[in-house]
Formats: sequence, C-alpha cells, structure tokens
Amino acid sequence: MSNFQERILESEPVITCEAGPPKGTDIDDLLEELDEIAEFVNAFNVTDQQSSVMRVGSLAVSHRIEKLGHETVYQLTCRDRNRIALQSDLLSANVLGIKNVLALTGDYTTLGDHPHAKPVFDLDSPQLLAAIRDLNQGKDIGGNELEGATELFPGAAVNPGADPVEPQVHKAKMKADLGAKFFQSQAVYDPPLFKDFMEKLRKAGVEVPVLVGILPLKSAGMARFMNENIAGAYVPTEVIEELESSSNTVKKSLEICSRVIDKTGEFCEGLHLMPMGWEEHVPEILEMSGQALSGRDRENR
Amino acid sequence: MIYSEQKPWEEIASYLSEDESLFVLGCGGCAAASGSGGEEQVEELTRKLTHEGWTVTGSKVIDFLCNKGLVGIRLARISDKIESADSILGACCGIGIQAVGKIVDNQVHPANDTVSMGHFHGAWPSEETCERCGECLLEYTGGLCPLTVCTKGLLNGACGGSDEGECEVEPGRPCGWDLIYNRLKDIDRLDLLTTYNDPKPREKYEKEPEMDQRHSLFWAIEAEEVEESE
Repeated sequence: MSNFQERILESEPVITCEAGPPKGTDIDDLLEELDEIAEFVNAFNVTDQQSSVMRVGSLAVSHRIEKLGHETVYQLTCRDRNRIALQSDLLSANVLGIKNVLALTGDYTTLGDHPHAKPVFDLDSPQLLAAIRDLNQGKDIGGNELEGATELFPGAAVNPGADPVEPQVHKAKMKADLGAKFFQSQAVYDPPLFKDFMEKLRKAGVEVPVLVGILPLKSAGMARFMNENIAGAYVPTEVIEELESSSNTVKKSLEICSRVIDKTGEFCEGLHLMPMGWEEHVPEILEMSGQALSGRDRENR
Repeated sequence: MIYSEQKPWEEIASYLSEDESLFVLGCGGCAAASGSGGEEQVEELTRKLTHEGWTVTGSKVIDFLCNKGLVGIRLARISDKIESADSILGACCGIGIQAVGKIVDNQVHPANDTVSMGHFHGAWPSEETCERCGECLLEYTGGLCPLTVCTKGLLNGACGGSDEGECEVEPGRPCGWDLIYNRLKDIDRLDLLTTYNDPKPREKYEKEPEMDQRHSLFWAIEAEEVEESE
C-alpha cells in the first residue's frame, strides 16, 4: 500500500497538490516544478483536460510524475470518453502502476477551447466509481471477467459551496457507498460554510476523509473571473475586497489561504492545493499555516 | 406516434410501497394505440392494484395526456378523486408523466417505458421532452427527466457546477438537478435522491417496436377514433 493510501485509510493528514498538464508536448518545465515541491506533498493530483481545454492527457503525465518517484492521483472525467474508453483507461492506469484515481463528471464541453465537441457523459461520477469497484473485483461493468483485476484506490469530489447543499450531501453519501475512499473539495474561502458542510456530511454517516480545496487567488480580478466563469467556484465579496485593499497581493493571497487552512483543519483530514502556476509558493502556504510535513513524515513518504 | 410498453408489474408495485391509495390515469392517444395505456390496460391495472390491497380512488383515460392545456381542464373536473389519492399511476409515455406532474401536486409514477417517439414530441411540445431511453426513470426524479433536464444528462445528482440554481453551461438555464431536488422536496420524496441509477442501456434507445405493432403504428390512432365514432 502506498503512503498516500495508508495515510488516508488511517485518517492521518494528507496534502495533495494539483498538477495541470500543459497544452502541448512540452512537459519538462512542469515536471521540474513539481519535483521541486514534491517533498512538501503526499501526492500530485493530475487534472484531466481541466475546464474542457484540450491538453496532454492526465494518464501520460501521471505516469511521468510516478517515474520521478512521486505518487499521483490520476483524474478521470466522464466528459470525453464512453464506458469502454473509461474502463480501458483505468486498466491502462493500473498497468502503468498508477493506483489513485479521482472520478469526476467533468465540466461541460462548451466551457473550453473546443466548444463544438460532442459531449459524452455516457457515465456519471457515481457510475464511474461503480465501474472502479467492479474492475477491482475482477469484472467490467457488464459483468465480464477480467484477466487480472485492478487495484485502484478511488476518490471523488465534493462541492461544499453548492446552494442548496443538501443534494451534494446525498451525492457524497452515494459516492462513499460506491467505494470512494477520499474526497477533495472545490476551493474553499468561507470556513464556516465548510464547517457546516462537514457537519452535514458526518451527520449523513459519511466518514470518508475530506481534503479541503485551497486555491490561492492571484488578484481580485481572478477572483471575479472565477465567480463568473469557473463552474463550482465561489469567492465571497469580503475576500475580494480584502485582496483589493492590500498593497502586497501575493502576501495577502497566501495569508487568505493559510487562514482557511487554519480554520478548516479541525473539520477535515487534509489539504488539496491548487496552485495554478504558483507552485513556488506551495512551501510558503504550508509553512504559514503550520502544515509543512515534519521531517519524519517526509522520510516515510 | 409515441410507442410505449408497460413496465413489469413488480417494478410498478415497487414504486407504490409508500402509498395506500392511487388514482390511475391512462392516455387515449399513443398509449392506447401501443396497448399500454388505453381503457383495457387502465382497467387491468385498477383490478391488479385493488387485488394487491391498494385503494383506487378513481381512474380516467384522457386523449393525449401530453396536451397540457386540455389535460388541466379535464383533471380539474375530477380533482377531488385525484387529491384524495396518495399518488397517481400514469399509463402513458414519459412526456405524459411530465405533463401531468406539472399540473398536479401529487407524485406521478410512470407505469410505462417509452420506446420510440416516431418523430412526435407530444401534442403540447414545450419543456417536456423524452429521450425514449426505454427504461423510464421518472419515478426517481419527481417526474422530471434527468436525461433531458440536466445538460449533461446525469442520472445520479448534480455535477457541482451549478451556481445559485443556474447551470454552468449557459446563463439563465436552470440546473436540472436543482429542479428535480425542489420537486422531490415539494412532493416530500427527498428519500428518492439516495437511489443509485445504473448506466443506461444504450441498445434500448429508440428501439424499433415489434413487427405486429409497427404494422399498425401510423394508423392506430385514426383507427381507434373511427371505431369510437361509429
């Protein structure tokens, strides 16, 4: 069992960091950046053509990161592949030694750079989790026997900011029942809202570890853009004003992250960082919030 | 015309476990011609329900349950019988179930699976649409079809991309699962949100009706009407 999986199963704090594959074949810069911050995180979470923008695939990039000796969470969305391709890619991931998978629905096609593309959505995220469960048991979703089962460790997403939030709680319960071993949340800026969500989740009997989503805001403009254009993202007005009134945006942004980490830490089991180009600031965010892995944890990674 | 088939009795009965009394609605249009929702089938359903211990407060076959304008008027005349029932069992296509759901406050259970549309989308085509998936899910979603009302056609809840009830895809478009959630809340069936729906069997989509049915498809409604008028 990997370090990430062991920590999740024992509900020990976990830190994952998002890795966004580039649009093109030049991935060396990305690999270099990730290598530099690898000691601070337990796994890199590799996005699957994020925001429906066509990019190099999460499977290939996850594989290259694993080859550097770093654990990955391979993201897989239902937007671009039917059930045959999804299951095949899951088998491929297993063959490449990738074990952690994040099962996602995916943004709609029209949000990206190929708005004319045909959206697939043959399966939804709970059905993808059910497929992973079946493949782990040596069968495909049609009940056909596999020559060699997968050993995948599935996770899923939750959106604490959804309004109303009750349907999200129901869906999280369904995902947990279908075998999700961990949840990562959308970016959080409102700790009381997150606390309320976590309480509802636990009350519904969902005990799966949750990693709170942390996304540093590069500017007030970015926050406004996110509110208007990014599905599932919401930055409260107070936070935008706080950024706007600060003379040092970087410092303020990292402060906001560290504050959210501090105030949500006791309600969840870890962090999911989405640096979006600010990989260099990852150690600082963790340092400021007292979340940097101890030397012993690093050795155990 | 829209061809629909009656679901297996066990499946219909499983929908009704929470209810003691029912009103049975049939459709004298396509469902009657399909042999899945005319007088004969409504009588048979009523007999079975009564035999199995349900109270049937009444039944009615209305020509074209998809015709929202007229159906509202027809149902208003029998509102006491409808309101006194815990829920309604509709022997019709998916559009009929959705249309009746817009008019009444009760839950409307689908007794049929819609198999083929024959390029006809109901007599009052507006928001109610059917993907003729051959395995009707309207029971679990408060009479709103997740395949058509959700942009992504998700079967197991919202994707998390909506904002204040608005779909991520275009401003002003409501999140389909938000509508489903609100409807389930209104009919006090939020428990149905926990139902996991399996992936759709695509081979059932727009399946051709059996040969003997196909033979009569185009003429069935006319033939019925001619017979009635004679």
